[in-house]
Amino acid sequence: MSARTESLPRAPAVGSTGAGLGMGFATAYLSLIVLLPLAALVWHSGKAGRSNFWEAVSDPQAVSALKLTLAVSTAVCLINAVMGTVVAWILVRDRFPGQGVVNAIIDLPFALPTIVAGLTLLALYGPNGPVGVDVAFSRTAVVLALLFVTLPFVIRTVQPVLLELDREMEEAAASLGAGPLLTFRHIVFPNLFPAILSGVALAFARAIGEFGAVVLISGNLPFKTEVASVFIFGRIESGDAPGAAAVSVVILLISFAVLLGIGALRRWTTRHDRA
Amino acid sequence: MRSPARRFALAGCALLLVAAAAAAVLASGDASARPTGGTLRLVAYSTPRDAYAKLIPAFQDTTAGRGTSVEQSYGGSGVQARAVIAGLKADVVAFSLEPDMTSLVKAGLVTKTWKQDRFKGMVSRSVVVFAVRKGNPKNIRSWADIVKPGVDVVTPNVQTSGGAKWNVMAAYGAQRKLGKSHKQAVAYLAKLYDHVVSQDKSAREALQTFLAGRGDVLLAYENEAIFAQKRNQPLDYVIPKATISIENPIAVMKKSNNKTTANAFVRFLRTKPGQLIFGENGYRPVLQSAAKKFGFPVPKMQFTIQYLGGWAKVDKRFFDPRTGIVTKIVKRKGG
Amino acid sequence: MHKWVLRLVGLSYLAVLLAAPVGLVFWRTFEHGIGPAWDAVTTPAAKHAFVLTIIIAAIAVPANTIFGVICALAIVRRRFPGKGIVNALVDLPLALSPVVVGLAFLLLYGRNGWFGNWLTDHGIQVVFALPGMILVTIFVSLPFVVREVVPVLREIGIEQEQAAATLGASGFQTFQRVTLPAIRWAVGYGVVLTTARALGEFGAVSVVSGHIVGKTETATLHVEERFRSFDYTGAYAASVVLALLAIATLLAMSLFKPKEATR
Repeated sequence: MSARTESLPRAPAVGSTGAGLGMGFATAYLSLIVLLPLAALVWHSGKAGRSNFWEAVSDPQAVSALKLTLAVSTAVCLINAVMGTVVAWILVRDRFPGQGVVNAIIDLPFALPTIVAGLTLLALYGPNGPVGVDVAFSRTAVVLALLFVTLPFVIRTVQPVLLELDREMEEAAASLGAGPLLTFRHIVFPNLFPAILSGVALAFARAIGEFGAVVLISGNLPFKTEVASVFIFGRIESGDAPGAAAVSVVILLISFAVLLGIGALRRWTTRHDRA
Repeated sequence: MRSPARRFALAGCALLLVAAAAAAVLASGDASARPTGGTLRLVAYSTPRDAYAKLIPAFQDTTAGRGTSVEQSYGGSGVQARAVIAGLKADVVAFSLEPDMTSLVKAGLVTKTWKQDRFKGMVSRSVVVFAVRKGNPKNIRSWADIVKPGVDVVTPNVQTSGGAKWNVMAAYGAQRKLGKSHKQAVAYLAKLYDHVVSQDKSAREALQTFLAGRGDVLLAYENEAIFAQKRNQPLDYVIPKATISIENPIAVMKKSNNKTTANAFVRFLRTKPGQLIFGENGYRPVLQSAAKKFGFPVPKMQFTIQYLGGWAKVDKRFFDPRTGIVTKIVKRKGG
Repeated sequence: MHKWVLRLVGLSYLAVLLAAPVGLVFWRTFEHGIGPAWDAVTTPAAKHAFVLTIIIAAIAVPANTIFGVICALAIVRRRFPGKGIVNALVDLPLALSPVVVGLAFLLLYGRNGWFGNWLTDHGIQVVFALPGMILVTIFVSLPFVVREVVPVLREIGIEQEQAAATLGASGFQTFQRVTLPAIRWAVGYGVVLTTARALGEFGAVSVVSGHIVGKTETATLHVEERFRSFDYTGAYAASVVLALLAIATLLAMSLFKPKEATR
């Protein structure tokens, strides 16, 4: 219905001088706001200061923080993949009173400041919580905080796909005697998988960098509950900016690699959908 | 034909101008009424925020302080010192320990003569104590008790917190006072760090970690323990027989725009009324006549940093970020 | 039958993770009555913190909106070398930890940073002052308008714009009368997301703010500061205000949301 722009002759949407000015502004803006700080970060990471790049990155506390971050982020993404699909399912395929409200509050972690999220989790699941559960200063607390902030991602990528899904195949399978689990596994899930992967990618990128939600409830115990962002913060506060920059660059590279991997996996699973 | 384009461009410019104007208004100062006595900015370490909450209004009641507004920033002593060096503007700086002040002298921000008054540049004192759970269930009374098996110790990170450094030197110095050699005292420090379960950025954060349920004993400033008790937090504290006498430095910045008021502020803090307020908030006054009013117990084997060679030597030897004795101990513990 | 299991599992998950914690903070705030809570958020420091947050957002959001529309137009409608890099740079703020963002700006504008000496010589304060906080907030809230407008621009295609051009409309007229109306819902949604992100920023401003109480503390930093001072009522009360802002954002989001995602 809408033509793909690449196949049509190019037409300027705005006049040439306007376009030139606009492009110039956008380039300057992007360079000043994003490119320059990024360059400064990468440059300083290699600077020999208190320690060089490799020393900073192989510091046992740094390695521990990186390992912990990757481990909890992966765990959180797996949980999200499952629970996100479940929640998306009940929001699309089910009908119950208050569904609209539930649908709306899913986005709350997008809108709520992370420090407030951390405070709320601490209030409920910390030492003075009303339900007698105290997971503060543990890895569970880190997982909890990350689950909170990544809640909407998988749900919001799966919902539209579920909505658009053609029910005919599922009905056909049912009429042939397939139970709901079988139908899900062989018909629904393959269609959802790419969307789940997209959501997981977003959740992963968010989880590995999360700071505000984690900083109050995790206790920031080195080698136990200290995630990478808290470790980097500690390095900054200790006056070791190059060390902090070095570990930041490593995290960036790791997340880049993981996102590329997820993207490749996603393209592979949708290989039949492309013309 | 160009007028709609012009209108759009004008709208865009107007938007940016409004934004720029807002920024300019803010950058030039507070929208609230300009204080007649000018503004002072105090950059301090983490714990005295509550004392200054009382001291500042008291200062504002004096003729010298009338009409002055005081901006404050609190955080780990090392963090704050580095921030000031990195450009955080300040008029008065109050740190936990001398090395942080020295780093500002080295950066040319505080004059070399800051110590040359009858108080040697200090504004308050304290001692290192053991903060324990209410009732002291594990019966922690001595430095030997805190390295017993099963005892978890909370102390802040030495790279960011001044209190952490005081704690470590108290531990080391206590061993020396008790007759141990340097080697044995260092071995004690290594043992101590085997029991340390947290690495908070500041003394205040360490107190909160402890109150959140972590650890059996918190190495702390006496004033922090007193503050927590005043806030009805469930803790007791024990003053070990051998402990270090803490002294907290204060100075006016060279580049202060309000030197007269800044000097008046520091002077006020060391007058009897100021020192009395410090005392009421758990700090040991540096002014003798004020100290007498509070009856703070003097530990039998109290020592100062001078006993250990002075901060310049100690800071380099123990806390140098590459070669320091404690730096190495902390690094080893994790690996 | 499995419907009930799914319902139970899904809703309990949301209750435990989302509803209960947020509900508790509202409860804790008003536990001792509205009075103490109101007092806590009307202290000079609290008021200043909220004003500061709004001012920062008032600068960051329009800036990112203007940039976002222009950038989206450039990405979709024009051919230029390095488009992939532009895309990556626009998406970068979503992948960087806020603490790292703050660090990057420190390394650029701090005393020992690239521009440090120049700034000190000219007496300009960027870090530990408002400009630095505005810059990092712009950084973290940058992608949203772009990402919302790009797919819409792609979908509507250029036929209408071409038609307007053949009818003699200038570039700006086309933009104003054809493109802008078509993307306004996407822009609206992007603005809501940008605003939410700008209001909620914590990690990056924490690194560059200097934590001057009543001067460079945003609402989020104020929450942490109250927590560190053992003023839990103050921390919870400020959190409730931020939560209410968040809920208002949610409502705005559902208003502007692209139709496909809702029933």
